[in-house]
Amino acid sequence: MADFLFFLFAGGAVFGSLMMVTRRNPVTAVIFLVAVFFSTTGMFLLLDAHYIAAINVILYGGAIMVLFLFVIMLLNLGHANWSDLRSPFAGLVVGAIGVAFLGMLVQKLLGGAGVLASEPAGAALRAATEEQGIVGVVAGPLFTEYVVVLEVTGILLLVAIVGTIRLARRESA
Amino acid sequence: MTADTLSSLGSPGAVALMVSALLFSIGVIGVLLRRNAIIVFMCIELMLNAVNITLVAFSRVHGIDGQILVVFVMAVAAAEAAVGLAIIISVFRHYEVVDLDRFRVLKW
Repeated sequence: MADFLFFLFAGGAVFGSLMMVTRRNPVTAVIFLVAVFFSTTGMFLLLDAHYIAAINVILYGGAIMVLFLFVIMLLNLGHANWSDLRSPFAGLVVGAIGVAFLGMLVQKLLGGAGVLASEPAGAALRAATEEQGIVGVVAGPLFTEYVVVLEVTGILLLVAIVGTIRLARRESA
Repeated sequence: MTADTLSSLGSPGAVALMVSALLFSIGVIGVLLRRNAIIVFMCIELMLNAVNITLVAFSRVHGIDGQILVVFVMAVAAAEAAVGLAIIISVFRHYEVVDLDRFRVLKW
């Protein structure tokens, strides 16, 4: 059952991303990208990453996608009256680049397939989740080992806020 | 490729890696193929998400650190989305389009 669900979510993610890249209307593309994010959330759940699944659906599916939709509506880009696909020749070249890229990635990743199937740390991870809870297992290292990175990320978010306000503000005298 | 590797291809972790590679490649194709700045930007988000799948899959091999990294990737993605969309709004105000082929100068 779990395996079937996993394949379902995997197929949904690939299908949704293909639709997203080929749809002309940006609003339709956003909806398909939300579908992709929900599918990957399902995959995270089945890979025992419950906290990541939760923040994936809140942050990506909720916050970021609403931001995209908001900008599309704000700039009134919802009408697909221009085709933004490049020429068929460019499409061929890009497709070839994409397939070559995929081949390279798959070749690199296949080496990890064996160790992934045996998942050496999987049992320990599940035991830690049982013991410390879904949030605790991520929060523990986040606030001890990675606390400096966490603070730097906070500064990064502050810089992003200031930069966004500066960029999006209408220039006034 | 050994028979051992082949037989392990159906496991969820290996499938997750394949899906991640596919999503990343589709994202690359989208970035190169589309001219609508917002859709190019969405393809970049798709690529970030594909990397997150890889990190989560490998967190079952190397421990929780992969999931910690995903948290940081998401924070950076959120900051990047906010700043990038602000840049798009700022450029749209000047050119009235979001066609990437029309943006030829760095100053406005």
